[in-house]
This record gives sequence, C-alpha cells and structure tokens, in this order.
Amino acid sequence: MISRFFMNRFLLKIILVLLLGHTALTYAESIQVIKIAYITQEKKIPAALSNLDAFVQQKGLIGAEIAIVDNNTTGQFTQQSYELKKIIVPVSADVVEIFKQQVGEDISLIVSNLPRTQLMSLVNLDLAKEMLFFDATTTDDELRNKQCQDNILHMLPSRAMRADALAQYMMKKSWNKWFLVMGMMPADQAYAKAIKRAAKRFGIKIVAEKQWTHTYDARRTAQSDVPVFTQGVDYDVLVVADEQGLFGEYFEYRSWIPRPVVGTQGLVPTSWHRTHEQWGAVQIQNRFKAKVGRWMGEQDYGAYLAVRAIGEAAVRTKSRQMKMIKDYLLGSDFALQGYKGNPLSFRAWNGQLRQPVLLAAARSLVAVAPVEGFLHPKTELDTLGFDQSESACNNLNKETLPVKPLLKGTYDSENANSYQQIIQQIINKIKQNF
Amino acid sequence: MKQWFLGIGLITVFFSQTVQAEIVFVTLEKDNALAIVDPIAGKLLKTIDIGQRPRGIILSPDYKYLYIATSDDDTVKIFDAETFVEVGQLPSGEDPETFALNPKGDRLYISNEDDNLVTVIDIPNKTEIAQIKVGVEPEGIAVSTDNKWVISASETTNMIHWIDVATNKIVDNTLVDPRPRAANFTADNEQLWVTSEIAGTLMILDVKTRQITKKIRLDIPGVSADKIQPVGVVIDKQRRWGYVAIGPANRVAVINAQTLELEKFLLVGQRVWNLAFSADQKRLYTTNGRSNDISIIDLENHKVTKSIGVGRFPWGIVSKP
Repeated sequence: MISRFFMNRFLLKIILVLLLGHTALTYAESIQVIKIAYITQEKKIPAALSNLDAFVQQKGLIGAEIAIVDNNTTGQFTQQSYELKKIIVPVSADVVEIFKQQVGEDISLIVSNLPRTQLMSLVNLDLAKEMLFFDATTTDDELRNKQCQDNILHMLPSRAMRADALAQYMMKKSWNKWFLVMGMMPADQAYAKAIKRAAKRFGIKIVAEKQWTHTYDARRTAQSDVPVFTQGVDYDVLVVADEQGLFGEYFEYRSWIPRPVVGTQGLVPTSWHRTHEQWGAVQIQNRFKAKVGRWMGEQDYGAYLAVRAIGEAAVRTKSRQMKMIKDYLLGSDFALQGYKGNPLSFRAWNGQLRQPVLLAAARSLVAVAPVEGFLHPKTELDTLGFDQSESACNNLNKETLPVKPLLKGTYDSENANSYQQIIQQIINKIKQNF
Repeated sequence: MKQWFLGIGLITVFFSQTVQAEIVFVTLEKDNALAIVDPIAGKLLKTIDIGQRPRGIILSPDYKYLYIATSDDDTVKIFDAETFVEVGQLPSGEDPETFALNPKGDRLYISNEDDNLVTVIDIPNKTEIAQIKVGVEPEGIAVSTDNKWVISASETTNMIHWIDVATNKIVDNTLVDPRPRAANFTADNEQLWVTSEIAGTLMILDVKTRQITKKIRLDIPGVSADKIQPVGVVIDKQRRWGYVAIGPANRVAVINAQTLELEKFLLVGQRVWNLAFSADQKRLYTTNGRSNDISIIDLENHKVTKSIGVGRFPWGIVSKP
C-alpha cells in the first residue's frame, strides 16, 4: 500500500514535469499581458492668477496613454501586450473604496496621480503589499525620507532636487544672496524648506525671508505692495515659494531693486517644460501636442516615465511579475530613456528616479542641472536631492543588485502564478480520479 | 625669378585641378540650405537654398544625384549633383530625417520617426512600395552591401529591427542599449556597428546570429559621462578602423576594427553628429552642429587638419569624387 502510494507520487511528479514542460512551450508562444492601473481623482478647479493657462482636468493621463502605445509598439516584437486600466475617482468619492472595487488581484502595477495623503491611504492597505506604486505627481520630500514606503517609486524630482538644481545654477552665476518669499500654504512652506536646505548645502546666504500675507488681487497688490514688500534689503535674486501660483508672478518687474525672480515663478526648476527640445525631446513634445493640442506637463511626463519604466523592465526581464519588475527597476542594469540626455535610474535607497532638472524661463531653457562642475563620486545626478548618506529612508534595499535579463528559452518566471494554478488543477483532477 | 613664377603658376594649375576632383556637400538644418565645400582647398564654395530643414543626404552610386530629406517639407528632393538643380521629389512619409540607399541605387529606405514606420521608395518610379511598422522613433537605418538586410534602429523601443530586403518584412529584433542612434554594416557584412546615445556605447552585432558580440564604452578621461553621446558611426572598407562621432563630447573615437579596441579620440568641432569618408577613404569629414563647421581628419595620421565654417547647424554630409 505504502509502496503504491509512493509509486503514485512518483508518477504524479513525472506527469507534472511533462505537463509543465508542455505548458511552458505553449505559454512562450502566446502573448504576455501586462496590466497597469492608472488612478487619479478629479480636482476642483482652483483659483487662478489669470486666465492665461486653461485648467486641465486630466493632467497625467495622456502621458500614460502615449507610453502604453509606445510599450505596445515594442510589445509586438516581444509578444507582450500592455493594458491600461483608468480609474478616475470623482471629486466627492472615496479613493480607497473605489481603488478596492476596481483593482483586482490581476493588477499589481499602479501609476498614481494622487496627492500625498491619498497615495498614503492606498499604499498602506493590506492588498497593496503585493503591489508597486509609481508616484507620477508628488514632489514631497517627507514621502522620500521619513515617511518613505518600499512599495512606491517616485517619478518626478522632489522639492529638494529642484532647489538644489536652482542653487547650482545660482552658484555658477555667483548670485548667492537670496531673498526668500513664501506663501501661506503648507506646500509653500515645504518648498521654502527645500530652498533653505539647498542654500545651506551650497553655501548660499538667505539675507531676507518673508511671508506673503497680502491679497491675491492684481489690481491692488502688484504695483503698490510688492515694492514696499521688497524694500530695504540688498540681494541678488528673489526666490519665490508659491506652488499654486497665487502671487509669485507679481514680483517680476515690480520689486524695489531690479532683480531676477526664481523658484516657483520666473526661472523654475522642473522635470519637463515646453521649451525643452534637446535629446529627442522635440519628438515627444510633437507627439503629445498632436494628440491633445496642448503642451506636455510635468504630471504627463511622470506618468509617461512610469509606464515606460514598466515597459522597459518587462521587455528586459520578459516578466510581468511585480517582484521581477521591481528588482529590475532598482537594479544597476535599468536605464530609462527620458529625453534628457542621461539615462534615468532609481535611487535604491528611497525609490526616487534620478534625473536632470531643467531650469526654464517662460520661453527659453536656461540651463540643465546637474550644472557642470558639481561633482559626485558615483553620478553627478546624485548631487541633486537627498543622497544615500543623507537619506532618512531605510525601507528599500541599500544595495543595488544587478539583475540579468533571462535568456530566451529559460524558465519564464512570469507564469509562475499560472503554473501554480495549473499544478493545482492537475492535482485536483487526479484527486477526483482517485 | 621667371622660373619661380612659372613654378607658382604650375602649382596653382595643379591645385585647381585637384579642386575639381572632390566636393563635399553638407546639409544646413537651420539655414534651409546646402553647403558646397572644396575639402582640399579648405573652402566653402557656395551655399544654395534647398528647402525646409534639410537633414539626411545621400549621393547616388553613379554620383549623378543627391537625395536630400527636407524634413519640414515632408519630402525627399532629388538634385543634379553637377548643376545643383532640383530634378524631382520622392514621396517620403512624414518628417523624413535619415534614410539609406540600396547598393544598386534604386531603393530608398526612409525612417519616419513620428509614425514608427520605415517607408520603402522605388526611385525610378518615384513611388512608395511598402511601409514597414517598426518600434518607437526609428532613426538609424542601413542597408547591407550584399543587399540582404535593411536594419532600422528604434530609439525608444531600443531595438534593431532586421528587415529582409526580399520581403520587406521584419524577421528578427535585437534588444540593444538605450536610445540606439546610428548603425552601419562593415563592408564584408559580417558585423553591424550600432551606437547607443544614452549608454555611451558602441555595440558590435554579429550579422549571422544578430546578437551583440562586443560592447565598447566610449568613456573619455576628464569628460563627464552625460556628454558621451555617440551618434554617427562609419567603418573603412578594409575594416581597419571604425569612427564614432560622440556628439557633445566634441570628439571622434577611433576604433581598431580588427581588435575592436578603442584606439584614441580626436578633438573636432562642437556637437559632432555625422561622418563621411572621402571616396579614397584618406579623409573623414564630420558635421559639427553647434560650432557650425565641418572638421577634416587625415586618416593616414589620424590628425584633424582643418575646420571649415559652413553655416548654421550642419547635419548630413557626403563626399563626391
């Protein structure tokens, strides 16, 4: 009886091996589907300084859509197909509820265009443990430091990276006496904090620091308040921290002494800008404009990079498994083409995408940081933002492990789930027969 | 004294004859023009208007015609290479930038970057005979000299697509380093050389297996890695030397094509993009997009001998013996 039992186990194993070999072959020939969810919440139309720039409800989504098309163009040569599930949460609805309803077990790659609090409420869910989030919109330094999570990758440069980019260029110009003006919003405070950190890092002196508490109405404010507000201080540049754009534009040409404006207005550090044309950027700018008739924005760029990063990892690893994709993205072989000259990669210590930061005026690209001369033992890109030694985030791997892409014909791990299901089915079948 | 004058006279005659011998054509992207250069005298002979945003340029194998992609006119124009008169246009698809001619000179393969296509043109009939879907943002394109393969490099898909000339179908794809820019076959068609703008590498692919057999990192001591953006690549007929233009690093890399080792770097003009041999392969010409000139490299000594101002944004370059 016992021997018969073992014999059966042995036979079963042989059958399993044979069947697996067979299914592996059939699977290798079929199309691999990589599912990505894109989640955002509709926004209330905010107060604006002027009507120059129309409010765009779906910033980000178009970037993801263009990247999906790009991935699928590549996918036709790698037998892969990419699907984008769009989840647009209405203004009044609950993000967590809708996320739970709409994201099934078959999706583990999430592109998020949500503010910090909503993103945090998702990444802490139980079901999110087996997911990887691509934050395509926040610039939050906390989220990349003390509050960091090992299931988030950040596509856009943090405020610290932006401020460092600005500081490097100001150093180059020897404009190292700053007058800092900040707004009342928490985001403005965070931006100002990054500016102060950069000033300290690069030896720039903040000679004055003032909070803008005046009205936002251009008819009174601009001519009367700004000269008085900026009077009595000698400085090289006026650094404005006004993320929503409520008053920052008033400073140019109206300050007491003639000085350039930088920061959230004037010369802005940004990941993407319409003036950017180098390194093939003009191609993606044209493609984007042809599709929707507006310029590509930062969130579009963030979402584009997120979906492209997934595509790049899935092509190189031939896998759609979150773990494989994540390991590849955080490994040293990953190099993403982001239309900015340097290959982009992730900082393994906090999941931040390393990238050049553009310094753009309204109609001219002034410089690209890292600015020449700012050196770093590993990569000059790490002169921007929190370097490994400064990071307060310990959640992710400290080591970057090189992951080699699988060779043709070797075990295809992406189907591990399917294999388990098949094994289970076979076992169930055999059990029934017994 | 008389003899001396005679001597000068003879030298002048001799030189003016060699002047006739070779002409270099350079497309000027921002001037919407073609520069005509005498490389021996080191002089810009003249500049002629040819159409909006000219980039890719090829000379027909019989040296009679010039094909020039005027990108913003969405066409490829044909010019008489003696009189510089426009003699016709070819359909090109949208925004043609780079193209390649088959050895016989009757088929033109054009990269349409915005549409992810390679367009095949029948030159005698001036008709489009095929459009081949390739990866995202195709750029580099080359035809093997045995007329078996057309390869297209897609910059965002990061692949070399191997197109069978007989069927105009893709038969294989090779994943390469990010943002492949230019590619060229060796004269014996055993190797395909491909540059990666982002990884800063030159990749050597074996044409039989269509796999990468060697990667050469083009690091330059003292130049930051982000400036190492290889673009144009050419290999001499004997496969002794290969040359790679390294864009904003302002240098041309000299590669020993037998050992596949990096030999040295030659400093040329700013943002060096495309390369062309003289017919006798004794000189190499480079277009330097930002310094608005071309450099001439003497290939016997591997020395840069001259730079000639040509106009704004020199892009493509060919030499006519």
